[in-house]
Amino acid sequence: MSKEKIQICEEFFDIMPPEYQALVTNATWGKEGRGWKDVGVNKELIEQHSLCAGCPESMAFRYILASLPNPEDTVMVGSTGCTSLVFPHVGVHNIHSLFGNQNAIASGLKRALTLRFPGKVKDVVVLAGDGATVDIGLDYTLQSWFRQEMFTTICFDNELYANTGGQESGLMQKGFVAKMAPVGKKFDKVRLPEIAKESGCVYVVNCTVSKPSLVEKVIRNAVYIAREIGPTYIQLYTPCILEIGKNSMEGLQEMRDSEKPGERFAYKEFISDQAKAFLADLAEKEKAKKASAKEALAQA
Amino acid sequence: MDSHSIIGTKNKKGQTFTDPYHLFFEAQRIPSFFTGSEVIKEAIRRASVDLMVAYPITPQSEAAALIGELYAEGYVTDYMRGENEFGVMSECAGGSFGGARVFTTTAGPGTMRAMENFPMWSGARLPIEMIVTCRGINSPLSIQPDTLEIYFLLETGMLVWHAETAQDFYDWILMGFMVAEQPDVHLPIAICCDGFFVTHTKDVVNLTPADMCLPPYDPYRSPVPCMDMECPPVRMMRDPFIMKSNYISYATHASWQQEVRAAIERSRKHTIPLLHGLIETENTDAEILIVSSGTAVSQGREAIRLLADEGLRVGLVKIKSLRPWPYHEIREATKHAKHIFVPEFNVAGWMAREIKSTIPDSDRVVVGPHVAGGMTMPPEVIVEHIQRTLGKSVATLAGRGS
Ligand SMILES: Cc1ncc(C[n+]2csc(CCOP(=O)(O)OP(=O)(O)O)c2C)c(N)n1
Ligand code: SF4
Ligand SMILES: [Mg+2]
Repeated sequence: MSKEKIQICEEFFDIMPPEYQALVTNATWGKEGRGWKDVGVNKELIEQHSLCAGCPESMAFRYILASLPNPEDTVMVGSTGCTSLVFPHVGVHNIHSLFGNQNAIASGLKRALTLRFPGKVKDVVVLAGDGATVDIGLDYTLQSWFRQEMFTTICFDNELYANTGGQESGLMQKGFVAKMAPVGKKFDKVRLPEIAKESGCVYVVNCTVSKPSLVEKVIRNAVYIAREIGPTYIQLYTPCILEIGKNSMEGLQEMRDSEKPGERFAYKEFISDQAKAFLADLAEKEKAKKASAKEALAQA
Repeated sequence: MDSHSIIGTKNKKGQTFTDPYHLFFEAQRIPSFFTGSEVIKEAIRRASVDLMVAYPITPQSEAAALIGELYAEGYVTDYMRGENEFGVMSECAGGSFGGARVFTTTAGPGTMRAMENFPMWSGARLPIEMIVTCRGINSPLSIQPDTLEIYFLLETGMLVWHAETAQDFYDWILMGFMVAEQPDVHLPIAICCDGFFVTHTKDVVNLTPADMCLPPYDPYRSPVPCMDMECPPVRMMRDPFIMKSNYISYATHASWQQEVRAAIERSRKHTIPLLHGLIETENTDAEILIVSSGTAVSQGREAIRLLADEGLRVGLVKIKSLRPWPYHEIREATKHAKHIFVPEFNVAGWMAREIKSTIPDSDRVVVGPHVAGGMTMPPEVIVEHIQRTLGKSVATLAGRGS
């Protein structure tokens, strides 16, 4: 849906909520090369949030929203957890229904949008916590990949159940002492990125959100590939500063420390040959487009 | 899509989108001899369904697979097997959030496995139609008919209808979509039948013509926005209610639950003309009444015939809709009765409990007979229960064999 479709008639403009006014006048929908640099300028990319001050999830959320290639035709699916505090502020349609069923919801949703809008791109993006993705919702996460459902799954991995007060999760590190792991977690962090690859994801990335340009690239790739080739999975470290005892300003350093070579969030990527060829083709087309635009400019 | 301008045009299978009233009440009816499962298929063939999500569980597996055949033939646009019933009902929700007409079938343990989804469906105002072919939910494992699971559905915020016959089932599957999708209702609907007794027996059912179908679902005739990015996404709130322990938050949750209940009540005005009332009655001036739903009503009809042979006049109330609950109708229909018998296929006797809480002088309600775990309820059991309650001496069923 383009911005033109939701313009406000002049007479009513001043009584509409400021978010809506900003959406129709200033949203980045349809803007060429939209990306993380739009954060802070555009209200639709989350002006305020109700997370803890300094929570890295808040920045991760903004980078992701700014990086969606097609926000005007993207529907997001969330789950219960700290992310569900942000979704009510988000300027694209989004669904919260239950805890852990996000990939099942997205499966039905993507099918409905595909059958209702033939020939039109409608992207579906799941964004949920590690508890939702790996523990309670693992079956639905994996089954959607087995079935090759065409959408992107993003996991905010904060290595615990934050919203319920810091309990053990499957993505928690072994030995970590937490609620419900009173003597330390007894088994390893679940290796979901590898499982994702084996389960049929054609593009898998494991990283932190310390570098917005990287997040932008990864999200765009994931959405484009899920549109054409198959399911994609992005696992992002968004440390829960509250539960690991960090201050508001320390989230970024925590991410930098854990992405050093050999650390558990050192950048890891898997891409299938088909997806790689698709991205190369996309880059080629982009280059050609830029070149011809330059040429047109030179001739003018 | 405007569902009115589409009437009279054809779908890709050559079926004509037909005005529902014409389809239900004026179009030719073709008598056909079918099992209940086949009847589900024939109804869905005519229902313009966009998405069906299937999962095997007796006694609905056959019906769910038959709808797969409809998909292969092109009558249903998309079809998938879910991973389990919790997943199935969430896939249904996703489809419905995205504006599709969604259909599914389940039974017994499947209903229980999926349960968390049902109040979510109604709170999200998703007009999904779910067929429930009731079976036991107890342990040890049972696949036999038993209506206990319906009780768990009653406060989910769904519309709940309970079919007696395959004919009810056929008509209600089609009518159910039309009621559930009304903008002032817009709720999920469970259409229940007694497994095996209805699904696996053959009966003559009068079908509507196969070249006519329901108009498609219009997701924009809805009290809530369709999640398809075709209308403006608004920031819903600055502080999500879930985190707030304050009066506005409580009032919002409470009033939305009340609104869902009010929408159930508003469905009456659409349902009554289609189903010819939420209840059906016979001889309610009699002193003795049998009141129930589902195939217990059929058994009640036979018992009434047997008792008439013995000179005892017994009336009947068949309850078609359990939600909305026909409160006033039942009070009116039972006002002359001195004894109200409630035969049921479950151990709890929940229907008797509902009726007791509805009528004055509730000690007129005689709980039972109820059977459970797959037992049949021969009419003689009802006859014996009535006679015994009235103080008549009866030959026991066991005694008859000797
Ligand atoms: C069926 C169900 N079980 C449990 C809960 C309680 N619950 C809500 S959020 C949550 C933890 C979320 O953890 P995660 O997915 O990692 O997200 P985070 O809050 O860490 O971002 C739990 C257990 C629930 N809402 N529903
Ligand atoms: S509890 Fe943790 S994850 Fe949740 S908002 Fe606070 S810091 Fe972020
Ligand atoms: Mg978490």
